[in-house]
Amino acid sequence: MTDNDVAVVGFAQAPNVRATDGTANGVEMLVPVFRQVLDETGLSKKDIGFWCSGSSDYLAGRAFSFIAAVDAIGAFPPIHESHVEMDAAWALFEAWVKLRTGEVDTALVYGFGKSSAGDLRRTLAMQLDPYFTAPLWPDSVGIAGLQARLGLESGRFTEQQMAEVAARSRANARANPHAQLSGEVSAGALLDEPYLADPLRAHDCAPITDGAAAIVLASGERARELCERPAWITGLEHRIESAHLGVRDLTSSTSTADAARAAGGAEVEVAELHAPFTHQEILLREAIGLAESARINPSGGALCGNPMFSAGLARIGEAAGRIRSGEARTALGHASSGPALQQNLVCVMEGRG
Amino acid sequence: MTEISEALSAPLEVGFDYTRSLGPVLGRFATSLRNGRITGVRGADGTVHVPALEYDPNTFQPLAELVEVGPEGSVVSWTWVPEPLEGQPLQHPFAWALVRLDGADTPMLHAVDAGSPEGMRTGMRVRPRWAAERCGSIRDIHCFEPATGPAPEAPEPGSDDAPVEVLTTPIHLHYQHTASPEESRYLRGLDEGRLLGQRCPACGKVYIPPRGACPTDGVPTEEEVELPDVGTVTTFCIVNVPFLGQRIQPPYVAAYVLLDGADIPFLHLVLGCAAEEVRMGMRVRAEWKPRAEWRTTLQNIDHFRPSGEPDAPFETYAHHL
Repeated sequence: MTDNDVAVVGFAQAPNVRATDGTANGVEMLVPVFRQVLDETGLSKKDIGFWCSGSSDYLAGRAFSFIAAVDAIGAFPPIHESHVEMDAAWALFEAWVKLRTGEVDTALVYGFGKSSAGDLRRTLAMQLDPYFTAPLWPDSVGIAGLQARLGLESGRFTEQQMAEVAARSRANARANPHAQLSGEVSAGALLDEPYLADPLRAHDCAPITDGAAAIVLASGERARELCERPAWITGLEHRIESAHLGVRDLTSSTSTADAARAAGGAEVEVAELHAPFTHQEILLREAIGLAESARINPSGGALCGNPMFSAGLARIGEAAGRIRSGEARTALGHASSGPALQQNLVCVMEGRG
Repeated sequence: MTEISEALSAPLEVGFDYTRSLGPVLGRFATSLRNGRITGVRGADGTVHVPALEYDPNTFQPLAELVEVGPEGSVVSWTWVPEPLEGQPLQHPFAWALVRLDGADTPMLHAVDAGSPEGMRTGMRVRPRWAAERCGSIRDIHCFEPATGPAPEAPEPGSDDAPVEVLTTPIHLHYQHTASPEESRYLRGLDEGRLLGQRCPACGKVYIPPRGACPTDGVPTEEEVELPDVGTVTTFCIVNVPFLGQRIQPPYVAAYVLLDGADIPFLHLVLGCAAEEVRMGMRVRAEWKPRAEWRTTLQNIDHFRPSGEPDAPFETYAHHL
């Protein structure tokens, strides 16, 4: 162990809901989330060495929405701050690098998104190849369906297995007070439902969710001061695939496999996977090489609440929570971004002592 | 404390064109589309990619050799779209499909007009249905359709010989913009001709408009403070430059006006005197529009004009600059 090992020491999230009545700059969701995560760690905003956020102007429908969100911090005296136009899991990566340099010993990472402000399935067309794909306005569910059918017809998985992912996720989410969807439902009953976008049924697709989340990172001795059982990050890696759907192998998540191999994530006891579609969870488990015994998405995962730009960060927070509570010694948080699992981040954590 | 009332919201339309230079490789692909032909680019390992790519996806070498492919091809995967969204190629139910064109190795995404999901299957043969007007866009292919019956004639290349160099993509996104509870309170006050600010419970500063979070303390403003419609010009600029949509003949003055009792100035117009007479510290009063025109907007104040009071001493606004 070195003195600039970095750990997750705090996590808070807003309730995952279909629509909030707050603004698209997230202030109303972030103020209570910041208060909770600072109270939990006993820190004040002045103690935070670096702030980094993930959000999207396309989602908010306004330019520089992340600047308006900084109001929620109360950024006086001036703070050290950065932003990524991505899921905040990638903001966590930036903060982790900052901590590893030794420049700061605490960081607060947050993400927010009010998906209900616009039409999410159209908004997500803005992340596609802008020359010859985005002008067709392909919707996010349609693209996921292309990937699902490739997997189904090549025998990688079945509709039954996809429905089982949905049923298990909702059952797990009963223990998650922040989840948008939860409940006892059988895979058989789900398969009796009609297609939403053949080959996908409604249960195969994450709901549309407003939400926000925040994580406090700390390094070395500071982490041990702030948290009884920090979730130490032992591997944090991200990889990306081509922006062109046609050149990718959509039936395996090669970028996840590469990131997980580099981060050393196959042996964990618990994994929180950011799979907005049921078949993607199956692809991710396989890409990481998770053991049969690994607990997958005890929170219910993104299928039970998928707040854009914070759902990936929340996976890391949820996975870290299993270590901090003593339930697990090792855990993995995964985040995805882009169409059909284009870009993937893997964060492997462990409890010590 | 403010009472609980529903936040104000309104439709927000965002529309603009993305204008992109295509460069030589994508430009040739677009030019062939305008001519009613589909091309691919040969990758470093001989693989033919459609649409054309500028760089090899594996070796990242620049690519340059374009080859004609199709026009027919086979469906590799598909998703049924029972309710098309705005902007999609077809406005009746259709399938998104990955189509591998004859002579190509990688599939391209487009719409297939097959009538019903029963009309779709992986491996089915499809061919392009060309748009009547072509400009070098992927939308020059209106959609694909099942390749049944005799193949239609290839479209006549257009008479335009100039290469396609620029792609224009119109974007239209629709939002429901919601004001914060604090802003909603302020906007409803304006509708009644009142200027409602709020005080931060931590630093005591009065904000107008009130804020969901005090930018200094990160907590919502709470205690309501009604402010008068008189204040002081803290700083200003004289607008001399004409621009699209300008409502007033330049030169005119845009100024920060600090209402008496507020801690944050807001931007408004100062009219009613020559532009060169406006100065820091000048006292001004709101000139309201006729009451019948009031809405939930600060535009109810048409502008500020000099109140005739003596100038405010610099110390009274020095901390609000």
